[in-house]
Amino acid sequence: MTPRPSDYTGWQREIEAHARSYGLDFFDTLFEVVDHDRMNQVAAYGGYPTRYPHWRFGMEYEHLSKSYTWGLHRIYEMVINNDPTYAYLLESNGPVDQKLVIAHVFGHGDFFKNNLWFARTNRKMMDQMANHSTRIRRFIERVGIERVESFLDACLSIEDQIDPFAPFAETEGPRRNLGAEEPPPSVRRMKSKDYMESFVNPPEFLEAQRKRLEEQARRARRFPESPVRDLLKFLYDHAPLDAWERETLAIVREEAYYFAPQRQTKIMNEGWATYWHSRIMTERALRDDEVIDYADHHSGTVSTSGGRLNPYKIGVELFRDIEDRWNRGRFGPEWNRCEGRAERESWDRHLGLGREKIFEVRRLYNDVTFIDTFLTEDFCRRHHLFTFAWDGRRETWAIQSRAFEDVKRALLFQLTNFGRPYIAVTDGNWQNRGELYLSHRHEGVDLRADWARETLRSIQMIWRRPVALETVVEGKPRIVAFDGSEFSERDAKSEAREPA
Amino acid sequence: MALRIETDHSRFREIVRGRIRKDLRRFMSRGELLGRQGRNIVSIPLPQIDVPHFTFAPQQSTGVGQGPGEPGTALGPPAPGDGPGAAGDQPAEHPLEVEVTLGELAEILGEELELPRIKPKGDKAIRAPRDRYTGISRTGPESLRHFKRSYRAALKRQIASGVYDPNSPRVVPLREDRRYRTWKPVEIPETSAVILYMMDVSGSMGDEQKEIVRIEAFWIDAWLRAHYKGIERRFIVHDAEAHEVDEEAFYRTRESGGTVISSAYRMAHSLIRRSFPPESWNIYLFHFSDGDNWSQGDTEECVEILRRDLLPSANLFGYGQVESPYGTGQFFGDLQDAFASDERVALSAVAGRDAILDSIRTLLGKGR
Repeated sequence: MTPRPSDYTGWQREIEAHARSYGLDFFDTLFEVVDHDRMNQVAAYGGYPTRYPHWRFGMEYEHLSKSYTWGLHRIYEMVINNDPTYAYLLESNGPVDQKLVIAHVFGHGDFFKNNLWFARTNRKMMDQMANHSTRIRRFIERVGIERVESFLDACLSIEDQIDPFAPFAETEGPRRNLGAEEPPPSVRRMKSKDYMESFVNPPEFLEAQRKRLEEQARRARRFPESPVRDLLKFLYDHAPLDAWERETLAIVREEAYYFAPQRQTKIMNEGWATYWHSRIMTERALRDDEVIDYADHHSGTVSTSGGRLNPYKIGVELFRDIEDRWNRGRFGPEWNRCEGRAERESWDRHLGLGREKIFEVRRLYNDVTFIDTFLTEDFCRRHHLFTFAWDGRRETWAIQSRAFEDVKRALLFQLTNFGRPYIAVTDGNWQNRGELYLSHRHEGVDLRADWARETLRSIQMIWRRPVALETVVEGKPRIVAFDGSEFSERDAKSEAREPA
Repeated sequence: MALRIETDHSRFREIVRGRIRKDLRRFMSRGELLGRQGRNIVSIPLPQIDVPHFTFAPQQSTGVGQGPGEPGTALGPPAPGDGPGAAGDQPAEHPLEVEVTLGELAEILGEELELPRIKPKGDKAIRAPRDRYTGISRTGPESLRHFKRSYRAALKRQIASGVYDPNSPRVVPLREDRRYRTWKPVEIPETSAVILYMMDVSGSMGDEQKEIVRIEAFWIDAWLRAHYKGIERRFIVHDAEAHEVDEEAFYRTRESGGTVISSAYRMAHSLIRRSFPPESWNIYLFHFSDGDNWSQGDTEECVEILRRDLLPSANLFGYGQVESPYGTGQFFGDLQDAFASDERVALSAVAGRDAILDSIRTLLGKGR
């Protein structure tokens, strides 16, 4: 039987009470029950039905609805980090599914509200997105969709070139005046009589001082003074843009920062929500006749397929592992020193700190620190984790290693900086010609060359002057440049450029 | 609000079709789902456009997975563009086999090959679009108010807000409960069409050649069916003389005689005269051969029949020349000399199975 609205109210009230009794803490949550088509629409817009128009949302929608139609993939719920929290539930979920999903939603809600990485996100994003949409639509009316869309594409091409720590940094002070008015400082000489001059102010020393001052002045003139990771902001501040372009860039940047914590905490967030739906359901909300349906759905959520990592699964298992370890006191130097197998297996200090610990973890960690701190060798073995890599000879992806260190390193590599290369603006006035110089910090893996070039093209479109990227290709430092009409590439060594 | 996605979606489709923002087409990749139509496995494309960004070279990266297997175990066939994504990527979606309707197939085909819609000939062919009342909306003129839906919405609202009292079931619709009928203009194709397939079954046409013809005919059927309500199909095989056969025999008949193409054309002409008056039929002629005709004299006669009898009544004459080890392919050149600039004639040489799609594009690309 189709559930009635009053059923939903009942479920929500019941499960909310359970969730709060466990100590979960979330904003008011508004549920909306939608059919699959509407769900796909909302999901295509990243949860915001009021988003600005862009073809990629249409593409996302097509993918979602095609795979829904053919039974490959379905979205059960969608939760929006906002105050009040919005949650969409799929109409066709059965009653048990619906309860499970509601419990899951409260898990996400709690995470959004309490995890530190979300502390600076705009909790009125629903309204803000609508504002963005209105503005973009206005630009489209004014300058035409082609121009706005092309510019948006260029911005989106670099939307992950942000600094995830920036929201937490102190706001910048007023920029130092770059000595336009003051005369450049000159070397101070000691007072001396003529015949003493070469002893009191030895020429070598004066020369060295002069060099030092020059170096200082040069440093102060460097622009930016230190490498800037937030490319979007750098362009916003310094690129010669029209007003509408500048504002569009700001919109893309604001949304990128809003979504960044979700990308930084995917494993934890899903793990946390799954942990709580399973506890709430199995301990409180489930009636006897609902067990089978629940088991069915739950196992679907945490299943792994094709050897791929399921974030729901790995997250929830890690949270359970942490809870168990802190309940039994399996942490700290004593535990780490313990080598005896039997002793380790029967280790139980009856500390009961598990609950407290996982709440602390959900507050303070993100995926990188979460994996770094809590992924253990035991866990890795128990869950059959492995690394895989491209086997060029056989032309296939193949399992590479099961060693704990390798797995952890690979996981952390994927998670750090959203799994994207670390690229920063090191010179905004390269060759003193207003060209933009970017540096890629090479960490063992090259950039995908064709995309790097296309991305440069996008940046050039915004910066308007030539842009260059310093990177490493097959072990050799190279500079790839785009001047607006063609690409060039050369060895970085031939460049007489001091290290940044 | 609900319609916003449609704007974005149609914009995306337009980009995929290459009508707008042509610069984006180079970022397009094609995922696919596998579908089945009868006995044929077809793939349903899932075009994707990725805005380029700085990323790692996929083949140098390492991923993390979960499951059984020793180091060295292969992880299934590589999917295009399926590098190790960020941890927490969706589990890989395995292509499943799904049924698609012929209509969907045709739509896919049309999109893939960028085929123009067919304009049936004659003014009477298309009836004016008619409005159909198919949907419900929250706004509209009062004259279109849907009484029952409005009351149902009111009832829902009252139940949801707890105002509804089963003992005194009064339902009072407010402004927001009102529902209106909405309409959509529908074009109803009233036209009918006939497809005449002709095939050379002389000894030089082998099984592989016939298979190519079969595949081409399948797609031609699919495409034309999407445009016409009633489709008749006729099959003519010929060697030194022509026979009308049914579909099954069409692909199985094997003769060893020589090849007199004009016999088939003559038969097609008489068939049209007998059963398919051009005033009421859209006529499609497709001829497949390896291009080896008996004599140059007969070829001249073919051109003559085409020009005099067939082309004036046909929407399209398509000639597909299937390459075979024995054929000289002379006929293709002859037709080209005669009809190179004729809009009603589409000529295509099919080198092998890989060339089928291009061939279909040539044959159907005229939009006739």
